[in-house]
Amino acid sequence: MSSTDISINKDVHHAHEEHDHHHDQNFFEKYIFSQDHKVIAKQFLFAGIFWGFVGGFLSVIFRLQLGWPEATFTFLEPILGEWIVNGKLDSEFYLALVTMHGTIMVFFVLTAGLSGTFSNFLIPLQIGARDMASGFMNMLSFWVFFLSSIIMFMSLFIETGPAGGGWTVYPPLSALPQAILGSGLGMTLWLISMALFIVSQLLGGVNYITTVINLRTRGMSMTKLPLTIWAFFLTAILGLLSFPVLLSAALLLIFDRSFGTSFFLSDIYIAGEALANTGGSAILFQHLFWFLGHPEVYIVILPTFGIVSEVIATNSRKPIFGYRAMIGSMLGIAILSFVVWAHHMFVTGMNPFLGSVFMFLTLIIAVPSAVKVFNWIATLWRGNIRFTAAMMFAIAFVSLFISGGLTGIILGNSSLDIQLHDTYFVIAHFHLVMGAAAFFGMFCGIYHWFPKMFGRMMDEKLGFVHFWLTFLAVYLVFMPMHYLGIAGFPRRYYSWTGFEAFNMFADMNSFISIAAILGFTAQFIFLFNFIFSIFKGRRATANPWHSNTLEWTTPVNPGHGNWPGEIPTVYRWPYDYSKPGAVEDYIPQNVPFSQTQSSNLPHERDLE
Amino acid sequence: MITFAIGLSLILLLVILFLLFRIGTLASIFRGSTQRAVGTTRTSNKVNGILMLLFLIVGGAAFAWSFSDSWDEMNQPLASVHGGWTDSLFWTTMVVIGIVFVITQILLFWYSYKYQHQDDKRAYYYPHNNKLEIVWTMIPAVVMALLVFAGWKTWTNITSAAPEDAVVIEVMGKQFNWMARYPGGDGKLGTANVQYIDAVNEMGVDFSDPNSMDDFMPREIHVPKGKPVLLKIRSRDVIHSVFLPHFRLKMDAVPGMPTKFWFVPTKTTAEMQNETGNPNFTYELACTEICGKGHFAMRFILVVDEPEDYEEWVASQKPFIEQNPQLLSKFTGESDNQMVLEKSAEEVKTEL
Repeated sequence: MSSTDISINKDVHHAHEEHDHHHDQNFFEKYIFSQDHKVIAKQFLFAGIFWGFVGGFLSVIFRLQLGWPEATFTFLEPILGEWIVNGKLDSEFYLALVTMHGTIMVFFVLTAGLSGTFSNFLIPLQIGARDMASGFMNMLSFWVFFLSSIIMFMSLFIETGPAGGGWTVYPPLSALPQAILGSGLGMTLWLISMALFIVSQLLGGVNYITTVINLRTRGMSMTKLPLTIWAFFLTAILGLLSFPVLLSAALLLIFDRSFGTSFFLSDIYIAGEALANTGGSAILFQHLFWFLGHPEVYIVILPTFGIVSEVIATNSRKPIFGYRAMIGSMLGIAILSFVVWAHHMFVTGMNPFLGSVFMFLTLIIAVPSAVKVFNWIATLWRGNIRFTAAMMFAIAFVSLFISGGLTGIILGNSSLDIQLHDTYFVIAHFHLVMGAAAFFGMFCGIYHWFPKMFGRMMDEKLGFVHFWLTFLAVYLVFMPMHYLGIAGFPRRYYSWTGFEAFNMFADMNSFISIAAILGFTAQFIFLFNFIFSIFKGRRATANPWHSNTLEWTTPVNPGHGNWPGEIPTVYRWPYDYSKPGAVEDYIPQNVPFSQTQSSNLPHERDLE
Repeated sequence: MITFAIGLSLILLLVILFLLFRIGTLASIFRGSTQRAVGTTRTSNKVNGILMLLFLIVGGAAFAWSFSDSWDEMNQPLASVHGGWTDSLFWTTMVVIGIVFVITQILLFWYSYKYQHQDDKRAYYYPHNNKLEIVWTMIPAVVMALLVFAGWKTWTNITSAAPEDAVVIEVMGKQFNWMARYPGGDGKLGTANVQYIDAVNEMGVDFSDPNSMDDFMPREIHVPKGKPVLLKIRSRDVIHSVFLPHFRLKMDAVPGMPTKFWFVPTKTTAEMQNETGNPNFTYELACTEICGKGHFAMRFILVVDEPEDYEEWVASQKPFIEQNPQLLSKFTGESDNQMVLEKSAEEVKTEL
């Protein structure tokens, strides 16, 4: 393994030696069990894209059911086998579909696929490090995730079906195999997979934090970090503090399921017999789950805050407006995210006084979120905007974040949540604000950093087609869902036709399903563009977007160790775009003030 | 054969699309647009800029139209006192966020369109403006404070203790239906415990408790109009959730932890039938917490009567134990067992 021992310490290994070393690596060391952060990032990206298609496909199946509840789906038999009973989708399998869609999208795509890809790829490159603090732990992080993925994927194919108690797996439903088919082997696999997943997240998170704190290049103070790094840094801290709580909840649930404990079970009569469990609290699980669950939504969205800020600043050719306010608001959101979890539980019978406290704390989050939106819009103002595919996704991200975020003000209000809790209003809210928005942030990142990842450009025109179809589909799917939610349509319903109160909006549901299928189909344009461009895309230059951050100072295809020579020193913040007096409309971070005398501001003169 | 034809035409379609893509790429090389920095091409920027503007205008109009078109359907008829408070707070908040929504979306798309790339132009270097930032931090903070205050006041009113004279009804969720129990003439519900549950005594009522002797379990819930009604909610297997959409009422049914919710119905079923013009209108109770296979089918009927009709209805109900006298033998015959059972019944915090 000595050949892959990437040294951070320049005195021991000269960078040139690194270059020689990496020719020694065999195929497995280079591409499979690689300790190079760039390769690990790509592994996470491929896994994330794979899971994204699986998760999307599951949603298409249940959207078919919701859009056309009276139709027969015999044509799905080749895929779903006995889950189609007399041409009808099995209602328990429907629940398994929504459960797995949620689990896959939240954890495997938008946590592992997003943080895993961009934290890994960008942290060393943007702070000026040769690699992560521990390449080995980083490799472990991916392979533990891979193992977790295999187990979760396997659970899709077992006879009793995958977990079916909702992605939040509330006991007693998830604890009792008698209650639902999915709580049998499927749930066991879910718990094992998630436990491994958490291990992977912790291995990754420790690395991200350590790397950002310790391995910044000369001159790279915390206030010169790109916002991406701030976002990844805070995300990793959130994960490190909250995922262990989910692990504890999962362990207690495993104990309740397999070893006869009663952490979450009490007073239960099921399948013709009264259970002996007594004294447990089903609500305790919800507290533990949401103590992770709420920070988790910020684990999903914070990295995209960073990515979008970076892309908007670069392509508006303007400094990000209010750099310090952007960091401050991310800090505020990160801290607040730990004290709002019970807003998911206003109507669980929790003490109403707690409800008021959590309502107050929840609505405070609207303030830093609003600041971020205003700052993004202010960055666009009087810019010189380049519509790259990444930029389109970044602008749309802001639009989706506004649309979805605003309804959070309604749902965070406990008295309004009484009617709207667990209805399609919630579905619409979180799909816009953390589902679609995070996906858009991810696409934005992929289009933007693709040249650095693969040395080639993605096709911009296909990118635009992909963008417009996706953007349109997202709004067509999720805006009408607000109407269903206001009318009280409960979520996780196999069909609403049994209720007189919910027998309208049948056309609307078909419409949503058509839009969802359109949106899913559009992703194949992306897939084609992605794969085709890896091999045949136009060759990229070292800095195709004329960006300031350090990763663009590396060669087109950065090798193991990132910079062939010495690591660049940083002199300035990453947002010197269109500075008056400068020759170009961008000044990279590694350009000293002495070379830019014409554009230096008064307080920068001392630094010349 | 048809599948083959469909497959073939799909492949042809893909081939055509691929060729178009290649031609497009070659054309852009000929035009020389590949020589320019990405995102600075005039036509492409123009097209995307106009699409942005179109998306804003057409999308906004479509949204406004569909919203007003769905207005009647999305507003469920309202039949409770507190529902009036939450509905008005909801629409007030909607107006507030609607204003923010319109302003920010317009600025976002308009700026994107207006400030698209021009070769001879340079962006305005504008890194921060403290005054502006303080202003736009304070405005949402103040608005949030007002909304929190309004929400908190409503919430405290809704969750306050039920009046002494409230009609008490126990609602129990199970896979996959609801059951209801009334305290009968004595106004007290007998205790219950899962250990007593069998095929007949599905709610696990303890019939050695004198309070349960007059308890009755109707097939639908009746409540009097204009009187406070207290629902005592529990579950016997997994978590369910009582949702009465017309009363803006929702509360989880949790095994091992009884919950409650009180409300005042304002319109009888008959009045609502007149108002909606639907002679078959009924108030429905739905489950809103995922509970298994039949989650979507846990429907229960609730009827709001005029107070006098309600009294009549209560008087006509027979106590459960009168209808199922054989149950009593189970409670008197097993005195040894009963000691144990009673003890465990006390331990359970049912408060019923």
